[in-house]
Amino acid sequence: MSEFFSNIDFMQYLWCFIIGGVLCIIAQILIDKTKLTPARVLVLYVTVGTILGGLGIYKYLVDFAGAGATVPLTGFGYNLAKGAIEGVKETGIIGAFTGGVKAAAGGIAAAIFFGYIASLISKPKIKKQ
Amino acid sequence: MDNFETTKQYQEYVDKKSPNSPILKNCLCAFLVGGLICCIGQLILDICKARGLSIELSGTVCSIVLIGLSAFLTGLNVFNKIGKFAGAGSLIPITGFANSIVSPAMEYKSEGYVMGVGAKMFTVAGPVLVYGISASILVGLVYFIIM
Repeated sequence: MSEFFSNIDFMQYLWCFIIGGVLCIIAQILIDKTKLTPARVLVLYVTVGTILGGLGIYKYLVDFAGAGATVPLTGFGYNLAKGAIEGVKETGIIGAFTGGVKAAAGGIAAAIFFGYIASLISKPKIKKQ
Repeated sequence: MDNFETTKQYQEYVDKKSPNSPILKNCLCAFLVGGLICCIGQLILDICKARGLSIELSGTVCSIVLIGLSAFLTGLNVFNKIGKFAGAGSLIPITGFANSIVSPAMEYKSEGYVMGVGAKMFTVAGPVLVYGISASILVGLVYFIIM
């Protein structure tokens, strides 16, 4: 375990922090300064991530910032686009339909499953007046 | 009551009366929390890679762990407190996606398990999936045409 920590690349973590943080700042400014609701910002981020992923631009950010680029929702979009392109490479036009969801399947399934379990075990919050 | 002759006047009145959101402080909080969540993700990635998982699989494990964590933290009402402080900082990472599934599901639990929990889970996540998946199919189709 100590070997693992000595192998950590701290510059990688610094850029991860900065890029991830800057993506959040952009979203915060969009929420505060425009009439975009958080839901719309999420949709915008996924769509932009998918388009940038499709154009091959987002890959550079991922190579550079690691999880700083893949953990924000733009990374989810990038993952979908990357999967769709790989799907087309493997199985032709059908891959455009199967590839994206296949690449993001873990995240989507986990979100649905854990989301359902968490809402089952939680007690509805009583709003304080 | 004041009378407003134009919508512009009304808008100016609203802008004057509504509290200024401290945008600088919000941005700083978003930056710190967002960066921290991404670094936790990077740590999970590095642990997976050190255990010999492929890069794609490590990314999937990282998403699953972060989603699981934030789903349960939302269920315990902890995540909403972080969200109040962090704003977009906890919304934009994949944790926000999980949070957007659990909070409406909890809220509408009283409407039953099918049309309450099952349907309301996708109030925000539904649009995200619709636009994300549709855009990815378009990307795939365009790639197929130009290839």
